[in-house]
Order: sequence, then structure tokens, then C-alpha cells
Amino acid sequence: MSPNNGPTSGLYSTALLAGLWRENPTFRLLIGLCPPLAVTTAVKPALTMGLSVIFVLVCSNLVVSGMRNLLKPHLRIIMFTVTIATFVTICDLFLKAYQPKMSEILGAYVPLIIVNCLIIFRAEARASKSGLLVSVLDGLGMGAGFTLALCILAGVRELLATGRVFDLPIMPKAFVPWLALQMPVGAFVTLGLILGLINVLTRKAPVTEEEPLTEPPVPTPA
Amino acid sequence: MDKFTALLMGFLSVVLVNNFVFTKFLGACPYLGVSGRLDRALGMGLAVTFVTALSGTLTWMVDAWILTPLHLEITRYICYIVIIAGAVQLVEMYVRKFFPSLYEAFGVYLPLIATNCVILGLCLFLDIWGTDNLLEAVVLSTGTGIGFTVAICIMAAIREELLLADVPEALKGAPITLITAGLLTLAFMGFAGMIK
Repeated sequence: MSPNNGPTSGLYSTALLAGLWRENPTFRLLIGLCPPLAVTTAVKPALTMGLSVIFVLVCSNLVVSGMRNLLKPHLRIIMFTVTIATFVTICDLFLKAYQPKMSEILGAYVPLIIVNCLIIFRAEARASKSGLLVSVLDGLGMGAGFTLALCILAGVRELLATGRVFDLPIMPKAFVPWLALQMPVGAFVTLGLILGLINVLTRKAPVTEEEPLTEPPVPTPA
Repeated sequence: MDKFTALLMGFLSVVLVNNFVFTKFLGACPYLGVSGRLDRALGMGLAVTFVTALSGTLTWMVDAWILTPLHLEITRYICYIVIIAGAVQLVEMYVRKFFPSLYEAFGVYLPLIATNCVILGLCLFLDIWGTDNLLEAVVLSTGTGIGFTVAICIMAAIREELLLADVPEALKGAPITLITAGLLTLAFMGFAGMIK
């Protein structure tokens, strides 16, 4: 029934690598957008958030995949959310105990991982249909892609807003910080511009073949 | 009278000054996903407002009257998410029974409200803000939902106009939407000094 009984190495590497770039949740699929916008004022909280998401994603994928034969269609979503909420509680208590300062900075955004669409999406699209190993690899890959996106976004914002990354001064003394990038407007505009840049880059590479893929559907005004 | 003013200020604060979408980035997914057309955005906003008001009030009651006295705070997140899912289920049943045409129009978005961050975010922030009576919880919950409706409707109206605009090729679609959202948050920052 499930496509996990033909374990070729290709299946595993695709599961692991898809999230990094081709199906990067933030840059390509545009899901789970709250954390990339909210916690990316500096690299450190972004990295903490990314690692938390990896932990929750891998654990919930593992559990969901384990109980995929017991799921009832109409109770599916609530089973997913309760599973995710359990692991997020563990993660939140762990951060509170060992990283109290970071926990304070991230605040409500750690419990908000529960409703991050990325995790439910992976549970629904992958873990509830695949074997344990594929689900865990998928969680790792997607989580890593998410962390990568968070760090890129946070790196740009921290560098331009304060002139330092990871508390290391990078810009010359004469650099005037762009304080606006630490405000909400900075989050939206930076992500928008990065997406634009990615559009340009992916369009350049395969000029003829992927033209219809990258071209957005032409909207017809009513 | 004093109490009434405080409630009114709290309400205005969550609608305009501390609007969840513009200052806390909560609900960014539907804000960017469902905001293509104004009528659909309004329907979505109203449904979210209703669920927010209902589940904000319910979670506050459960938190203050059951979890805190029994020292079960550790199960807080699980309780919250179950209450929200229940509230959404209730709304779904009600709409299907009494407004079948609206139910058709919402489609898959109705059950998906359960994973809207605005709602869980509100339940968590009610606790962080230290809301200490039921009336305050009701007012803040309703206000948050209305704030979300305002944000998503403004965005939808702008996007309807944006269809006719000449956008650079690379920025078409999601990027220009995000940049527009950024400029909108800048506009809403003008309210920042209004209420402490």
C-alpha cells in the first residue's frame, strides 16, 4: 500500500535533499511563514528556532509514520496536532531549563511551532504515507532547509541592521546601521527581495525547459 | 466608567496598534494565501474572528478555572490546541447546517482555520498579557479577530489593484505581495504612539 517497500538509495537521498533547495519550505513552497518573519532579527534566535523545528519535525514525523495505519480520516488532523503539541511542550520546557535567555527572546513563538503549517504539511503529505526511515529523513531535510532559510534571512537582517553577525563586528566603523531592517517592515521586504532574487537565479539557469514552471500564472482581471 | 475606558483602549490596541498580523507576524499564511479577492478575504476574516472570540474565551476559562488551580500548566499547549480544534469543528457544523452556500464557498479553508497561528497566538498572549477577568478576555479575543479581518481585507483590496500594475518580472507573485505587506506594516507603525 505505502511506497516504502522498494528501498532504493535514491528514495532516501531524495527524501533528505528535497527540502534543502528544490522544495525549500520557506523559499519555494512559502509555508510556515511566521517564524521566518518573526525571529530573524538576529542569527542566534533564528538558529535556535531552526533547531527546535528540526527536533519537533523529526519526532512528529517518526510518531505519525509509526501510527499511520491506525489513523482515522476525520480524526487525522487532531491526532497530528496533539502529537506535535506534545513534542513542542518538551522542546519549550527544555529551552526554558537550559537556554532561559533564548526562551525569553523567542517567547510565544516556540509554542507557536504547534501551528506551523510546515510540520502538519509534512505529517499529512509524507509521514502518514511513508515508512519510518523515509519520514525521519524527510523531517531532517525539510527542517534543515527551513533552518537554512531562517539563517540566511537573519544573517542579512542582522548584518545590515547592526553591522555584526553572531556578535562579531563585520562592517567597517563608518557603516551606518539600517535600523528599519529590525522592524517588522524589514522582515517582509527582505524576504520579498530574496524571493525575487531566487526568481531571477532560477530563471537564468534553464532558459528553455523550465520557462512555464517559473512563470507565474497570468491573472485575469475580473 | 474607568473600566469601560480601559476595555475600549485594549480593544483599539489589538485592532490597530498591536495588530497581530502587522506587529507579531501571526497569521502570515492566510494573510498572504487567501488575500487574492476581497469577498473571500472578508468571509475568511469573519470566520476567523468568530473562532478567535470563541476559543480565546474558552481557553481563558479553562486556563484560569481548571489548569491553574490544579497545577496542570504543563498540559497547557495540548489543551489549547484541542479546544481550538473543537471550536473550529463546532463552527464548521453550524455553518454547514444553517448556511450551506457559505460552507461551499469556504471549502477546505474552514477546517484549516484550526492551524491559523492567530488563534493559538492569541490564547498564548492572553496569558502573557496577564488578562485577569473574563470580560477583558472576551474583548481582547474579539478585537484580535477584527484586527486580522482589517489586515486581510486591506491586503486583498491592494492585491486586486496590483493585478493591473506593471510589476518587474522577477518580483511578480509572492515577492511583490511580501513587499506590499512590508509597506503596510510601515503605515500601521503610525499608530504606535497612540496607546501605550
